[in-house]
Amino acid sequence: MAEAIAFYTLSILILGLGVAVITTPRTVHSVVFLVLNFLCVAVLYVVLRAEFLAVIQILVYAGGIVVLYLFVVMLVNLKRQPEEHQDPRRLAKIGLGLSGAMLVELAAIVVYSYSREPSSVTAPSPAFPVQGNVEQLGWLLYTDYLIPFEVASVLLLVAMVGAIILARREL
Amino acid sequence: MDSIEAYVPILLFVLVATGFALFTLIVSALVSSSKYNKVKLEPYECGIEPETDARDRYSVRYYLIAMLFVIFDVETVFMFPWAVIMDELALFGLIEMLVFIFILVLGYVYAWRKGALEWV
Repeated sequence: MAEAIAFYTLSILILGLGVAVITTPRTVHSVVFLVLNFLCVAVLYVVLRAEFLAVIQILVYAGGIVVLYLFVVMLVNLKRQPEEHQDPRRLAKIGLGLSGAMLVELAAIVVYSYSREPSSVTAPSPAFPVQGNVEQLGWLLYTDYLIPFEVASVLLLVAMVGAIILARREL
Repeated sequence: MDSIEAYVPILLFVLVATGFALFTLIVSALVSSSKYNKVKLEPYECGIEPETDARDRYSVRYYLIAMLFVIFDVETVFMFPWAVIMDELALFGLIEMLVFIFILVLGYVYAWRKGALEWV
């Protein structure tokens, strides 16, 4: 019961702050709303008992990624008024199509998860040789999900090289 | 330990911190007088006088440094769950992490060679 109240309160906050991010005319205010949004998502992770993810959400997103957003704000020209779209209906059609596809997808997930047998939903939790949230996460990451973990380093490498190449052209 | 009640002190802390900030802002807005002049409205009381508008375009170098910071930040994040179970993972885990770090060191060497870490 308490969990449901927490979830719906947080959901309203997260969605409301998300709308605030994209509707605020001032860019810096938009970033501030984004920080609050990230913090609310961190609280949601705590409610879901994902403590490590919550701490990382605050450290990396509310801390690191927001610095990146602020530097993007410093890069763009804020003094110029935003331009009008040439044909707003064209983008509206794409948006309508994409959001329609997402609605169908979400409905399919809901229907699929309700139509399954309740016994198969609660899969037996795998046996861990270690205790604790961070320890069990680490165990899964470094045994079963070893390849995705190593691929993540390649992804980070690509991001690093890409950022350097894009910025070098400007320097 | 893993019950949600353990987070009540943190919630109280957030409420007290937010409340104190709001209280300070409201009280200072109510108590203080609001007579402004040109000198008072400047961003800094002392130091270098501002020459241009703050809403100017800054160098892309700031972005590059921030991007490199976030990437190595994420690399460190991956080390935390590894470090707490180093004994259980044994040599296999050490080799995994060395491969992971090696791939990122390649990027670090690339950034260094390209002069991305230099502040000209």
